Amino acid sequence: MSTGEPDAIVVDGLVKRFGAFVAVDHVSFAVAPGEIMGFLGPNGAGKSTIIRILCGLFAPTEGHVRVSGIDVATDPEGVRARIGYMSQKFSLYRDLTVLENLTFFAGIYGVRRRARAERIGYAVEMAGLGGREGQRVATLSGGWQQRLALGCAILHRPRILFLDEPTSGVEPMARRRFWDLIHALAEDGVSVLVSTHYMDEAEYCDRVALINHGRLVAVDTPGALKRAGGGRPLFVIEPADLGAALAALAGAAGIASASVYGGTLHVAAADPHYDAADLAALFAERGVEPGRIEPTAPSLEDVFVDLVASDTRTGGRAA
Amino acid sequence: MSPDAPPVVALDGVVKRFGERVAVDGLAFAVAPGEIFGLVGPDGAGKTTTLRMLAGLLPPDAGTIRVADTDVVAAPEAVKARISYMPQRFGLYEELTVAENIRFYADLFEVPRRVREERTDRLLAASGMTAFRAFRAGKLSGGMKQKLGLTCALVHTPDIVLLDEPTTGVDPVSRREFWAILYRLRAEGVTILLSTAYLDEAERCDRLALLSAGRVLHCDTPAALKARMPGAVLAIMTGSGRAARAALDGQEGVGRALLVGGGLHVVVDDPARRIPQIRASLAERSVPVGDIAAIAPGVEDVFMALVADASPR
Repeated sequence: MSTGEPDAIVVDGLVKRFGAFVAVDHVSFAVAPGEIMGFLGPNGAGKSTIIRILCGLFAPTEGHVRVSGIDVATDPEGVRARIGYMSQKFSLYRDLTVLENLTFFAGIYGVRRRARAERIGYAVEMAGLGGREGQRVATLSGGWQQRLALGCAILHRPRILFLDEPTSGVEPMARRRFWDLIHALAEDGVSVLVSTHYMDEAEYCDRVALINHGRLVAVDTPGALKRAGGGRPLFVIEPADLGAALAALAGAAGIASASVYGGTLHVAAADPHYDAADLAALFAERGVEPGRIEPTAPSLEDVFVDLVASDTRTGGRAA
Repeated sequence: MSPDAPPVVALDGVVKRFGERVAVDGLAFAVAPGEIFGLVGPDGAGKTTTLRMLAGLLPPDAGTIRVADTDVVAAPEAVKARISYMPQRFGLYEELTVAENIRFYADLFEVPRRVREERTDRLLAASGMTAFRAFRAGKLSGGMKQKLGLTCALVHTPDIVLLDEPTTGVDPVSRREFWAILYRLRAEGVTILLSTAYLDEAERCDRLALLSAGRVLHCDTPAALKARMPGAVLAIMTGSGRAARAALDGQEGVGRALLVGGGLHVVVDDPARRIPQIRASLAERSVPVGDIAAIAPGVEDVFMALVADASPR
């Protein structure tokens, strides 16, 4: 990630309405050159709508969006020439080879004939497709197809890349290799906006933006989000009887939530000063053996679920 | 969960070939009643094939499979009343409403009419879908569809539930709700086997089998698997992750490196010894570096260490 250059993406007061439905509600953020920004949020939160506006596919109802210095409302074509886009439902020609697909998409993106070999070479190298050029797409695994789709999306050397749930349903090792490619592109100065449902992937981003009901609930580094953690102490307990422990915690003063996690319970306290001794006292009073009690750091998923729940509860007024 | 009870699912020496390809290669594991048991592994590890054989849908070429006191190989039909199998693409009728889909599956599983109403109400309430009874299934979000799929799969109150990657493409909030349903089922004594490609999710299981190339490489609780991880994971804060990774490549005691936001995670044999070594070699190459600290490994780190290194590329 580098600084000093103007931001690659600037979103300011963005609103998108479809009739009476507010899909995007006053969202503002910026992405620096070479930055990887993760987009998290429940289904229907507005992530894909924002990405489509940034790609110049939908016009904003209100607000300003500049991508690579270009206003998407006035010059959507200019934006599209400078960005790459890949969604989970990418389309490749299954009966064609890797090289034939790349050649085809180079034509679509208007890559000039003279530059074509060089650009395809770049895409093959960046997407790690070397040695597979002659293979038919239908015979490639999901992970390889994904890398080819990424290769096709970067043929015109975009400075900004939009990835909409690019790794949904791809196995862990292929997913890691895919993320290595994303990091390689970012180190070359490409800005990447990537939506995902997976917290392990959110951890790979420089910053993450959390969207709920069209609102930007939080935007920060994964580390800072976890440290902030909603200010709730979190404990892991390992009771012999999960049901009894859950019952003891239900409605107890000072307890915000308790949820089962494998053979353990994750207990969040409402008060920032609540400690393990308080929790032990609570169980002693109710005559339930809590087993091991350990304070733990919230995971990104804990923070995510917490922020979404409080935003939904308050209709965004607390954010 | 009672780990000492006789297993409710037991496989031994199971082999399945598709032509030349050996999809499942001498698979053996056992699942205790009321356990949530996760099958974890890369594509092609044999997860789906295993679940389909357990469901009596696919006969093995060799080995024994017992599910709920039934020999599945000898009597594949007999097991079907006791189990429920939810494939990756569960057949919901998009044009039918939520309630109509459940009724359809109740008919299919021959659920008696008198208990049907009460059971449907209870399942809808348990999955938080009561308000969506009259919604067309096609209009539901991905997470809601998965919950409806599970509801349909539970309408005949099976003892054992087999779920093939049930939360792929489901958002984190819906995924938590889905897991809350699974934990309630577990509390009722239902045994759950599921496959997943997501390792944060694997941490929620009672026990895991890490599969590779049709075999179980490791089988234990998530905590015990983490304890088996050789070495430790260091988080290195740096703005130049790739340069740092290149500088550390091939160094003694330094293994797999992963680029993450804000830096690099590397596996090392001995943190006390390797941190100064890493600092020195990054300084030598003028790679700017902030904090370096040991972090708790996730199941993903363990998976990469135990499975990826053992798998053919």
